[in-house]
Amino acid sequence: MSNISKAFANGKAFIPFITCGDPDTDTTYRAVLEAVAKGADLIELGIPFSDPTAEGPVIQSANVRALSGGITTDDVFALVEKLREDVTIPLVFMTYANVVFSYGPDRFMQRCAGVGIDGIIIPDIPYEEKEEFEPYCKACGVDLISMIAPTSEGRIKEIASQASGFIYLVSSLGVTGERTSFASGLEEIVNTIREVTDVPCAIGFGISNPDQAKAMADISDGAIVGSAIIKILASDGRDAPEKIGEFVKSMKDAIRA
Amino acid sequence: MTNIKGRFGIHGGQYIPETLMNAVIELQEAYDHYKNDPEFNKELSDLFNEYANRPSRLYYAKKMTEDLGGAKIYLKREDLNHTGAHKVNNVLGQALLAKKMGKTRLIAETGAGQHGVATATAAALFGMECVVFMGEEDTKRQALNVYRMRLLGATVIPVTSGTATLKDAVSEAMREWTKRISDTHYCLGSVMGPHPFPTIVRDFQSVISKEIKEQMLQKEGRLPDAVLACVGGGSNAIGSFYHFIDDKDVALIGCEAAGRGIDTFETAATMNTGKIGIFHGMKSYFCQDEYGQIAPVYSISAGLDYPGVGPEHAYLHDIGRAQYVPVTDEEAVNAFEYLSRTEGIIPAIESSHAVAHAMKIAPEMSKDKIIVITISGRGDKDCAAIARYRGEDIHE
Repeated sequence: MSNISKAFANGKAFIPFITCGDPDTDTTYRAVLEAVAKGADLIELGIPFSDPTAEGPVIQSANVRALSGGITTDDVFALVEKLREDVTIPLVFMTYANVVFSYGPDRFMQRCAGVGIDGIIIPDIPYEEKEEFEPYCKACGVDLISMIAPTSEGRIKEIASQASGFIYLVSSLGVTGERTSFASGLEEIVNTIREVTDVPCAIGFGISNPDQAKAMADISDGAIVGSAIIKILASDGRDAPEKIGEFVKSMKDAIRA
Repeated sequence: MTNIKGRFGIHGGQYIPETLMNAVIELQEAYDHYKNDPEFNKELSDLFNEYANRPSRLYYAKKMTEDLGGAKIYLKREDLNHTGAHKVNNVLGQALLAKKMGKTRLIAETGAGQHGVATATAAALFGMECVVFMGEEDTKRQALNVYRMRLLGATVIPVTSGTATLKDAVSEAMREWTKRISDTHYCLGSVMGPHPFPTIVRDFQSVISKEIKEQMLQKEGRLPDAVLACVGGGSNAIGSFYHFIDDKDVALIGCEAAGRGIDTFETAATMNTGKIGIFHGMKSYFCQDEYGQIAPVYSISAGLDYPGVGPEHAYLHDIGRAQYVPVTDEEAVNAFEYLSRTEGIIPAIESSHAVAHAMKIAPEMSKDKIIVITISGRGDKDCAAIARYRGEDIHE
């Protein structure tokens, strides 16, 4: 059983996303502790990439801020090691294929297992290319998180049947970032997924307020929120962690209401 | 040479977000159908001949040959195509395919602006909407092409993210495609990106080597000893090489943009300075740091200012079938001026990289050898930038 299942064991999960090193690793460290204290069930930690093609402007800027601060993949592993002294909830990485590939996928997954990372989301590794990394993930007990999109259609069952950890359901077309509406038919997609697997399914992309989080969590097993949190970091920088904690609490309260 | 997942050796593949997977599968299925459809091929061939001015000339550069004193030099005049570059070959093919697929909107990235102009042209011809993403830096370097695209009815969106050059334009076009798929075809401009793009673009550009072969056999009764072309993503180069790949005696030489030199950070010579990675949908060689962060590359040529290279080139490099050489800004600018003065042909600064390497190797070759240089585009668009390079400020 994946350690990630813990995040979904006590009702709907709230999953915040934070880009590591934005604007520095100490801020990330404090933001994660605040989010955990205020009820986050799983945390998605972004390893910055120079050219994040699945991100909208808000998370793109977070990557720029983090990389200008000089953070490296090794610094991120050190940060997770330190977080693991206090944090027991599941932690997953979100990064791009080249970050893993250049580190060496075997070495990367061994480091993940060593520091206590439970899963990894790689938006530019679709189902057809998962052989690139999945054998290394499996060898180290790290879940390679499968993504399903509103355009997946006939692919849903095949992807879902091989998923582990949790399934990341993309709420709508496009890149990450706030929006006012989501794709229609998400509930049907979740039902299709549930026909073939018990792996939990959380919805992300564009969720920015408690009402949206509740609506998405109601039809699935949880809500993932990135850009809305990154916006707090963009405006408040090193003073952001406390506000992120308050934001997490408001979202968690909403989805469990 | 490609398998079903579009691999060239270990290179290629489909490293893209799930949101786009069905779009590339749909494209692949449509292409597999239409590439063998006689009607599609006749329409495309008519467009090539009647609209784009194909076949392009294979011109014997007598003065250049005599001046360099070595191998006989032919120029494949892709600069004489409608819109002024080889880009139109691929664009007419993709636009026709998109139309058959029922798409009404084309989006594209552009570096120097040649692909953007070609896409805007095809969109005008086929009555399609067109949006072109162009690095803000490049909109300044290539202001004339921005005007041409707008004149043709396209919307040009300056991209300010990252280094504001070609790689960022590609990223932004990919982002736009994930936002709007049902009516939109991403008309990718080079032999790069996820499968099936490297194969589709290669097939449409391979008309270049098909013609070179026929024209060379007609003029010389034999194949050339070497074919030279500039390589950014590598579309004119793969087009120039493709029908010679099995002719082992024909040397295939790709000329990369070395910028200020391959021993500096201001370079875009991917094969000579990069390592294998995964980016923009493909596995190939990329300029990157030790943690896989894509490097901010540099070249005087906006069209070659890209940190990666098409996966088929990466494969031809791995198996030693093609050779990839670096050419600096200075060498390319000298070649730009040389060809203008010697043959009365102003080549694009991109193509000038291939001319520059020919100037190095032709004198070392005997007079019975033959080389072909693909002049991928015309150089009018570069005049202001080259003047600036030489310290002269001209206003267009």
